Amino acid sequence: MKAGVIVFPGSNCDRDVAVALEAISGQAPTMVWHADSQLPDLDLIVLPGGFSYGDYLRCGAMSAKSPIMREVINRANEGVAVLGICNGFQVLTEAGLLPGALMRNRDLNFICRDVLLRVEDCASRFTLNYEDEQTIRIPIAHHDGNYFADADTLARIEGEGQVLFRYVDEDGQPTPKANPNGSLNNIAGIVNENGNVLGMMPHPERMIEDALGGCDGRPMFESLMETLSER
Amino acid sequence: MSNYHPETSAEIVAEHGLSPDEYEKAVEIMGRAPNLLELGIFSVMWSEHCSYKSSKLWLKTLPTEGPQVIQGPGENAGVVDIGDGQAVIFKIESHNHPSFIEPYQGAATGVGGILRDVFTMGARPVANLNALRFGAPDHPRTKHLVKGVVAGIGGYGNCVGVPTVGGEINFHPAYNGNCLVNAMTVGLADTDKIFYSAASDIGVPVVYVGSKTGRDGIHGATMASTEFDEDSEEKRPTVQVGDPFTEKLLIEACLELMATDAILAIQDMGAAGLTSSSFEMASKGGTGVVLDLDKVPMREDGMTPYELMLSESQERMLMTLKPGREGQAQAIFEKWGLDFAVVGTITDTGRMQLKWQGETVGDLPIDPLALASPEYDRPHEPTPAQDAANIPESRDLLADLMTLVGSADLCSRRWVWEQYDHMVMGDTIQRPGGDAAVVRVHGKNKGLAMSVDCSPRYCLADPKAGGAQAVAEGFRNLSAVGAKPLAVTNNLNFGNPEKPLIMGQLVGAVEGMGAACKALDMPVVSGNVSLYNETEGQAILPTPVIGSVGLLADIDRMATVALKRDGDTLVMIGDAGSHLGQSIYARECHALEAGPAPSIDLEQEAKVGDFVRALIEEGMIDTCHDISDGGLLVALAEMALAGDKGLSLVSTETSAAFWYGEDQARYVVALPDAAPLQERAKQADIRLNIIAKAEGSDICLPSGQKVALSDLRSQHEDGFPK
Repeated sequence: MKAGVIVFPGSNCDRDVAVALEAISGQAPTMVWHADSQLPDLDLIVLPGGFSYGDYLRCGAMSAKSPIMREVINRANEGVAVLGICNGFQVLTEAGLLPGALMRNRDLNFICRDVLLRVEDCASRFTLNYEDEQTIRIPIAHHDGNYFADADTLARIEGEGQVLFRYVDEDGQPTPKANPNGSLNNIAGIVNENGNVLGMMPHPERMIEDALGGCDGRPMFESLMETLSER
Repeated sequence: MSNYHPETSAEIVAEHGLSPDEYEKAVEIMGRAPNLLELGIFSVMWSEHCSYKSSKLWLKTLPTEGPQVIQGPGENAGVVDIGDGQAVIFKIESHNHPSFIEPYQGAATGVGGILRDVFTMGARPVANLNALRFGAPDHPRTKHLVKGVVAGIGGYGNCVGVPTVGGEINFHPAYNGNCLVNAMTVGLADTDKIFYSAASDIGVPVVYVGSKTGRDGIHGATMASTEFDEDSEEKRPTVQVGDPFTEKLLIEACLELMATDAILAIQDMGAAGLTSSSFEMASKGGTGVVLDLDKVPMREDGMTPYELMLSESQERMLMTLKPGREGQAQAIFEKWGLDFAVVGTITDTGRMQLKWQGETVGDLPIDPLALASPEYDRPHEPTPAQDAANIPESRDLLADLMTLVGSADLCSRRWVWEQYDHMVMGDTIQRPGGDAAVVRVHGKNKGLAMSVDCSPRYCLADPKAGGAQAVAEGFRNLSAVGAKPLAVTNNLNFGNPEKPLIMGQLVGAVEGMGAACKALDMPVVSGNVSLYNETEGQAILPTPVIGSVGLLADIDRMATVALKRDGDTLVMIGDAGSHLGQSIYARECHALEAGPAPSIDLEQEAKVGDFVRALIEEGMIDTCHDISDGGLLVALAEMALAGDKGLSLVSTETSAAFWYGEDQARYVVALPDAAPLQERAKQADIRLNIIAKAEGSDICLPSGQKVALSDLRSQHEDGFPK
């Protein structure tokens, strides 16, 4: 699997996701600077977490206009897998690759904690190695993760099965209490219509070994590796 | 009779915080009356904040050396060897006055400043910690300050992508008019890539990088050196505004340039900005400096040399480069979107010469100013010994436990640390909530353990014991996770040193701290002093905070506080509790802030700590908690809550002192079979007490009385004054 990680000024989970990709696939990803206009041949493009452009203007708004994003959008439209984590998810919505928007958390505070997610669809290339409706524990760390979409869009993504992860409680139920940030329908991660672009607020790269508190993030990278290595 | 430059007067000198004697000395050094710009420079360089004039005499008594120490106090941060060609670089620094005036920006820029102190030396910052003190929970200002400070620390640290992994928070009415914000950064560097600030090469370019200079924070260092009064609100414009995004870029750009060999010397612009950074570089290098102030990147038009030299705009660095390497450096800073300007040259004159529009507007001798700044042996009076207090017995152990775990000083800090990204960088292996935070050394199987500690109530009752206890507590917190303590940084927060009792607190605390650092082999490698923490004559509690760092040799053998197995035996290591003076129990359950502080036996502290650490290193123990605030029963409750496992007490002791006493040098451990531990304790002549068994979902007394863990948890989680 040839992976690339886009580095924006202010990205700060670029190293973390690179470490996770290398640990799991055995292959270090290419780090791509935001000002570049060309991408190498890649099977997976990762937009990492962080505070690109300081979150100034709106989270992800300025990164979405950076030179490399034109190329990322082209590749996404060609079907290349794109994974946006946290700030990367915000960039994907700002770039129009995913519907909806990420607003300020319901309680207005930054939140860093482990949350429980339900895997809504384990047929996706991102989730093959999970079980259907499996509950996994992954950390969040964000100030603006409150997913919003207008009623029609929400009905469409729900109807098309584009919601991949939902915040749930111990019993696997998407209750208001299990919702850390006020996201509509407890949405934590969605894919585009073609299923090749995933945006998610939780950080799977932070849960890849027991020393960090768990391994529930590994199957995502393993799923990608297995699917994309076959290409 | 003083003489004044036409631009100044006695009033202007007084406004600059210089005493008449200090002004006389300035005139003597200059050989003439200083002009306004020069006066401003004297003012900041000789402020308490920059000169340590009241504390220097006493700081010199602290132990600062050891085979592990690569660089002690005097540089931007302390440097300690951790083996494998790597060093840990760390320091703690206060941002108290600005945080009280403007909590968000004050706290945020405190984090930014301490980060720069660490990466200036070539280290990548890997962890932030903070020690916070606020007024009474019900004081009208407290919640506003807590909210602002926590958001400011998070806002800055989260954005730069350095995990905030630990800290401590106390509430007490003595902080109603002065909150304390002490921020610590820990970084990692290769021992052959450490950068210093001495600019000793003549004729090399002086380079300014980072943000542009604005009019913010002018005279911040002077403000931080006076008491507050009702007009303090008006000082808001002296608080700087932070930009963590620029700081993140500055970290990456500096580390990228540091990977080359272009930099000769480097210094961040902290308190007193361009003045203090250029002075320190030339002073340490034994050289001089010419600055062409027209070249300084400016945020707005019409700025004066006075403003440029005294601005405390954030996210700026000064460095000297090897001649001819300017282009390489400039390319790196421009790639990261940062300003880069050659603003001067290092000279052999021993003077700082400031040019503006072709004229020399300031010309000062460096050494007399930087090195011969005032040093006072201020009168000091010892704190009288406290009488023994009569502290009542507990009528209901579990009801008192509920009170304690929900009290402002002992309740869960989850609301705080969940606002800090404590996991970014992917190496946090012990998250907040334990005895020490542990961050893995990237790519290795070892870790850095870190803690910040102080018990101000002990320091008020007995400054010497309190100063020693802060070090001992750090030592315990590191030992309790299995780490070998390496060294400390200190942050001495006190009231007005011109009052003999306050000065006596400082002297006593430093004395106790020094003795403990020596006995526990934890030299002081860096630090900061914050005085004049008084408002309308009310001083804070003496708060000498210790930031300690240790090395965990094998992260697979790390201990945590959480109970892990049903059936484990909980054993107290150390002597039975006997001391209730100054305890949280006395304060929270009986409204008594009385009695002497617990006594500190440093030999016993070392012996018990070494014993516990050895058992963790051997793998006999994986569950350990030191006994500190709140005493034994609170420690047990914290272990039960962390592991979500109940426990049944087997000890039939009933005295409050046994369960809530805060005697020192004690730990609780949990293990499946206590027999091998008992054997080892016997050999080492260390006392043990079998206290409890892990089981069920309640905390249960031998009498059968119990409290459900779930009730205890809601009390613990809801107590924080947010």
